[in-house]
Amino acid sequence: MLFLAETVISGLLTGVMYSLVALGFVLIFKASGVFNFAQGVMALFAGLTLAGFLTGTIPITHRINSALAMPPWLAITATVFVMIGLAILIERLVLRHLVNQEPIILFMMTLGLAYVLEGAGDLLWGSDVKVLDLGLPSGANDWLLDSFGLYVEQLEIVAAVVAAALVTALAIFFQKTRIGRALRAVADDHQAALSVGISLNTIWAIVWAAAGIVALVAGIMWGAKSGIQFSLSLIALKALPVLILGGFDSVPGAIVGGLIIGVGEKLAEVYFGPLVGGAVENWFAYMLALAFLLVRPEGLFGEKIIRRV
Amino acid sequence: MLYREVGQFKTSYAADQAIFPIAQDRWFVIALLLVAFLVVPFFVTAYTANAILLPFLIFGLAALGLNILTGYCGQLSLGTGAFMGVGAYSAFKLMTAMPELNLVIVFLASGVITAGVGMLFGLPSLRIKGFYLAVATLAAQFFLVWLFYKWGWLRNYSATGQITVPPRTFFGVLMTGSSAAPAAKYLLALAMVTVLALGAKNLVRGRFGRSWMAMRDMDVAAELMGIRPLPAKLSAFGVSSFYIGVAGAMMFTLWLGAAEGGDTFGIQNSFLVLFMIIIGGLGTVLGSFLGAAFLVLMPIVLKNTMVDTLGMTAVFAKHLEYVIMGLLIIFFLILEPHGLARLWQITKEKLRLWPFPY
Amino acid sequence: MSPSEMLKSAASAAVAVLAAAGTAGAYELVIPALDFRTGPYAPNGIPFANGYADYFTMLNERDGGLCIKPGDCVKFKIVQCETEYNTQKGVECYEKTKGEPPSGGLVYQPLSTGITYQIIPKASVDKIPVFSMGYGRTSAANGAVFDWVFNLPATYWSQASALVKYIGEREGGMDKLKGKKIFLVYHNSAYGKEPIRTLQALSQKHGFEFRDIAVDHPGQEQKAVWLQIRNEKPDWVLMWGWGVMNQVAIKEAVSIRFPMDRFIGVWWSGSENDVKPAGPGAKGYLSGTFHAAGADFPAHKDILKYVYDAGKATDPAFKDRVGEVLYNRGLVAAMWTAEAMRTAMKIHNTKELKGTHVRDGFDNLDVDENRLKELGLEGFTVPVTITCANHEGPGKVAVQQWDGKAWSIVSKGYYEPDREVVGALVKEDSEQFAKENNIKPRECKS
Repeated sequence: MLFLAETVISGLLTGVMYSLVALGFVLIFKASGVFNFAQGVMALFAGLTLAGFLTGTIPITHRINSALAMPPWLAITATVFVMIGLAILIERLVLRHLVNQEPIILFMMTLGLAYVLEGAGDLLWGSDVKVLDLGLPSGANDWLLDSFGLYVEQLEIVAAVVAAALVTALAIFFQKTRIGRALRAVADDHQAALSVGISLNTIWAIVWAAAGIVALVAGIMWGAKSGIQFSLSLIALKALPVLILGGFDSVPGAIVGGLIIGVGEKLAEVYFGPLVGGAVENWFAYMLALAFLLVRPEGLFGEKIIRRV
Repeated sequence: MLYREVGQFKTSYAADQAIFPIAQDRWFVIALLLVAFLVVPFFVTAYTANAILLPFLIFGLAALGLNILTGYCGQLSLGTGAFMGVGAYSAFKLMTAMPELNLVIVFLASGVITAGVGMLFGLPSLRIKGFYLAVATLAAQFFLVWLFYKWGWLRNYSATGQITVPPRTFFGVLMTGSSAAPAAKYLLALAMVTVLALGAKNLVRGRFGRSWMAMRDMDVAAELMGIRPLPAKLSAFGVSSFYIGVAGAMMFTLWLGAAEGGDTFGIQNSFLVLFMIIIGGLGTVLGSFLGAAFLVLMPIVLKNTMVDTLGMTAVFAKHLEYVIMGLLIIFFLILEPHGLARLWQITKEKLRLWPFPY
Repeated sequence: MSPSEMLKSAASAAVAVLAAAGTAGAYELVIPALDFRTGPYAPNGIPFANGYADYFTMLNERDGGLCIKPGDCVKFKIVQCETEYNTQKGVECYEKTKGEPPSGGLVYQPLSTGITYQIIPKASVDKIPVFSMGYGRTSAANGAVFDWVFNLPATYWSQASALVKYIGEREGGMDKLKGKKIFLVYHNSAYGKEPIRTLQALSQKHGFEFRDIAVDHPGQEQKAVWLQIRNEKPDWVLMWGWGVMNQVAIKEAVSIRFPMDRFIGVWWSGSENDVKPAGPGAKGYLSGTFHAAGADFPAHKDILKYVYDAGKATDPAFKDRVGEVLYNRGLVAAMWTAEAMRTAMKIHNTKELKGTHVRDGFDNLDVDENRLKELGLEGFTVPVTITCANHEGPGKVAVQQWDGKAWSIVSKGYYEPDREVVGALVKEDSEQFAKENNIKPRECKS
């Protein structure tokens, strides 16, 4: 019983970790209809930049000069500014020239972006594993372990709190602010939004900046587990079933989808995995999402697809 | 001046419906094939065959297969890597179970098996669309790769977890393994690809191709016009997987010679082939090959230029190569979002008028 | 002469002219280095590649290369080719470097399992030896069947057996293993599955309970695995991991408070990179190894002096990390390669080595403790003797431990594998391979 509880709790918390990645996808898809393949690489790039600032690495030479090391708060702020700058660059140099293209072309564009960021991240900061030391707690929670024998990972609790804060902030931003309203208008209908005087370019830059910051958060949380390294960009693959299950354009969908996938795959791995030789959770997550899709083809919270001739 | 169809009168339906109705196109294709079959084999070395020609032909064929599904029928798929794996493992099982079987039959049979698997995983497409479907095909990708590792029978229970191609001849010429002549492998692959590409070119302008394109452009409208979605979509999945399966079988037997589940048939290949068709041009046969050429050749050209000519270290060049590849992709998309094939078409239209401005 | 041959000879003539113009025709020993300094496994690839290249550079700078007799030397030419640990790129790199003038690629260290399987059949046709140091095809230990492949000093199967011996020793005797629970956490790939057969055979022999748990590539999410381990409380956990899977596994093990000194990784799961992200909790973690860590050997001092201080290093920022586990692994690989070439020079009495010569050099490789001392690597690794029939050599493995700052060998020396179990498996697999590919095993004297 305790083991089942542990599995479910771990599943839920892991699900939140997936949601953190999926959120970035949702933000961009909602506002611009772009399926951002580069989201995982953005998390890697943000993580590398943060680790570089924290240790005082000199870009390109990969030499560490500890005199340049920044304290965590400064490093995080600096990285946020880097991600905002990146968003503005992407909007200026790329998005602006691809207005009104088909979704698959924009998808391909993000692939090109992924290549550039991957190469640039390695060029600037090197391809070694970087230990990310922000003083985040990790390991089992002592109190729960000692009094109930229940194992809960502290890092994931932090991640859950951060995710909750992030979603609240996003919700307030979307619902209560002027820019948020503009964002929703753009998400609804590009042309209508343009015609009431909303600048698409500004909105896109803002959305990409927001996705960049979400990527930084995801990079920190996943990087705290494994160190910052290339494989961080592959977390995007764990976010995809979450996305389709929740719906590409729904923030709550990303969270709920994450929880369902997290619990589903952990239960499958622990109880069903040993029967067939294990390592089932990767494909099981996709199969689970597929099963949901057969019932609701637009995902749980996705906007209903209406087709007219 | 040179490229002009003025004066080419079609006097029969057959002539009007030829694959290449313009004489210059026809001659160009024939000349290209003649060069490829009669001249190139004399210059093939192990390096050109294994690093350039075979990857180009095999990925070109896989891209063609995916293009039938995505470019013509509008169904996004990210299961290509695993479907190539199905082709490869089928080829391995067929070759080891029936050593006498002709290689071409092995390829075609592997394609048929893959077509079956592809149609099975294509079923959800009747309900799921767009990017949702793309992610759903990832279920096939991950499940199949898992199965390649899990199911020992597929690799004849070899202790190494690898499948290795047994030595086989084709009409007396050794074709597989590393002792085979590179030119022989190249010719066999080229012949397969040529026949299959011409087949595809015919298929997409026939009844099937038209029903696929109708589905792609608007499925509701197509249904109203009397095209049944089930046969149309499943036939696209079947034909597409057939091509991909043949490509996978050739990749294993002719090119690599040894393969391992996720390492050779992982998701990276699914993405790679998808990128090829988008870069090359969705919904064109030519585009599949242009895209394959771009993504196979470009990294090698960049690498050889940077490392050999400019003397950069291998790793710095590799990082720079990523940046340049990314920038090139974005550049080409901004220049012409409909792919390299569309650029080629524009060039041809310009050629028609050349050298006169109007 | 066929047209293609004519073209080839014309091209090689042109290349020869160019080479002559460039280097005045000095013969060089081409060492192709299939590095992976980028991609998902770069953190492991970088130190190895540096160790491999630095040792050859050091020989070039200190001795003037490899000397047949004092003053009569020939330099190494290291040709780096980036594979990203990707099989298809590895094939391209192999084809590109194998004909590199003047000597052609002399020996391949393919590093990835996938690339190794690609190169094994190709190299025997091109007559170039493959030195897959402990990895790749395990049954290549049978030199009679695989005459071009060398997997010294110990295969994964030997290692699995040696680790079980270490466990037996810690438990107080092999008979105490009965009823113990040993789990294997492995990377779900051909590489990760290597030890399963051996461990199954050993579990029958010694009566311990064995279970294997797969982790799918890349392995960033392993909660389910470690929850099972927490639930079933095995006495020992072995790990066959690679890349990001290692860091995450160690971190998870720390999190569930699994005793670290009962958690043993394969030698690819025991480097500084793997333990550092887990922080101080990783202290006590064990791993297999076949060489020492650290930079206190005279050879390392020479590398720092002749390579880094002289500004000849490929990766100058690496200076502070010389002596890391994987750096030393690259170094030991280079050392055995160089010694095999030295042996080849002695046998064939030429300094203009070709692939076939180097193969003979490996076939007769003998690096004992005295030789190690002369090389400035006393006590660095296990003495190795290769014969025509035995390409694995000693098969001995030690166990090292992470003390929070550095790795050091903690086992009482190197463990001999269980030949009875491992030898039978090697024989079975290599004979099957010979049968499938119509290979007639060569006659081996002695």
